[in-house]
Amino acid sequence: MTIANTIRGVGHRTVNAVWRIGLATRFFLQILRFSDTSFRRFRLIKKELFSTGVMSLIIIVVAGLFVGMVLGLQGYETLKRYGSESALGVMVALGLVRELGPVVAALLFASRAGSAMTAEIGLMKATEQISAMEMMAVNPIARIVAPRFWAGVISMPLLAALFSAMGIFGGYFVGVVQIGVDEGSFWSQMQAAVDFKHDIMNGVLKSFVFGTVVTVIALFEGYDAPPTAEGVSGATTRTVVTSSLAILMLDFVLTAMMFGGA
Amino acid sequence: MRALNFWIANLSSPALVEIRDLNFSYDKRPVLQGINMTFHKGQVIAIMGSSGCGKTTMLRHIGGALKPTKGYVKVDGQVMHELNQAGLYKMRRKMGMLFQFGALFTDMSVYDNVAFQMREHTDLPEEIIHDLVLMKLHAVGLRGTQNLMPSELSGGMARRVALARTVALDPMLIMYDEPFAGLDPISLTVVGDLIRRLNDALGATSVVVTHDVQESLKIVDYVYFMANGVIVAEGSPDEIRASDKAFVRQFVHGEMDGPVPFHYPGGDYRQDLNLRA
Repeated sequence: MTIANTIRGVGHRTVNAVWRIGLATRFFLQILRFSDTSFRRFRLIKKELFSTGVMSLIIIVVAGLFVGMVLGLQGYETLKRYGSESALGVMVALGLVRELGPVVAALLFASRAGSAMTAEIGLMKATEQISAMEMMAVNPIARIVAPRFWAGVISMPLLAALFSAMGIFGGYFVGVVQIGVDEGSFWSQMQAAVDFKHDIMNGVLKSFVFGTVVTVIALFEGYDAPPTAEGVSGATTRTVVTSSLAILMLDFVLTAMMFGGA
Repeated sequence: MRALNFWIANLSSPALVEIRDLNFSYDKRPVLQGINMTFHKGQVIAIMGSSGCGKTTMLRHIGGALKPTKGYVKVDGQVMHELNQAGLYKMRRKMGMLFQFGALFTDMSVYDNVAFQMREHTDLPEEIIHDLVLMKLHAVGLRGTQNLMPSELSGGMARRVALARTVALDPMLIMYDEPFAGLDPISLTVVGDLIRRLNDALGATSVVVTHDVQESLKIVDYVYFMANGVIVAEGSPDEIRASDKAFVRQFVHGEMDGPVPFHYPGGDYRQDLNLRA
């Protein structure tokens, strides 16, 4: 009986997960279908860019700076063993641009902007604002969801780029200013080793994918949330958990595709 | 006098809303069963009944938000559930709905809330929208709140702003979902009075879903009483007041027990308390 119940439970959860993935995919397609309003009235996206992107600046800047400083410290300690301290700039830059910039920025974006999006849309649903909009013959996907989606997609690569820039500055501060690594080697080796197409553009592509996935998850969870306090809080938690796992899994897949054979 | 006007309206004006043999079920649980209603132009109609009797479901059918299991709702000659999304949105532009707690957009000011539909559905220049918004707010007595955010309004004020937003595009059909819920006596009278006056000024038809008997009987032309998904009584306010039907009497006079039982169905009380017979 217990085994049967366990199998039934696993089956139920699996079917439910597949069902939700299907619903989220349909939701994503609807966003794309009703995106024309957002581009015709770009001020809708601009308004969301402020709350999604600009309001995330502080956390991204501070986190980027400290991650870069830690990379500088740890990198120096490791490279010193092999007498390669001058390669610190390359290590910090490649680590940030290829990996940490897109991934950590996306994780922070999911926690700050993603959870805010879910809570906002969930509460709009709970307070009948979405129903009111539908009754006014205004499509909520076009008017509320699509501008937030595009704001997320646009702001994510910019935030990741800023994160990487601040991280490099943090690495420079610790490595060059504090420890005394040669400044010329730090910058020149970085310039020589970091390839624009292979490293920077792949990082941008990663952050674009993460931005799309995190924003779709956040918006879907908010739109699909049961219209109760418990429902909205559960949806907000799911956004952070699902987004974080999706970022880390996708990061592996994308890294394998981009750099696996290199 | 109002009863006379009502019968004259019935004879002279065509039906704006026709509901015929409407049935609706949630997961095989019947919510509406064989509902027939007719709303004529210019009337204010009340749909009353205790919580969970199907009133709001009825309103959602009129707005085209739900598809009936059987029967139809026809608004201005169009069967609502047969319309595609474009047709439904076109029809909804001629409708207005006031939600129970206003459902104002919390990220917009009072002014922007009222201007919302004008900006979405018309190409009016901003100067005209400005004047129209102020006129609508003036009609509900809240012109001075135009720069406030919804969080700065009291419950009654939020309801009145929502009413101004509902009538922003002069709809032919206005629906009210529990407009009197949670209001103080002054706001209650103000909102009730506004519902009647706005309906008459716009030449619209209003449907008020409510369980506030005394307030709604003062302003409506006709009343439908619902219980367990069926119409149990209907008539003019005077007929309802004089009705000797047990359900209507219990509802109008607020009696604790009657056809609507005080106790929710449950098991044997003594058994629940683990008492021996």
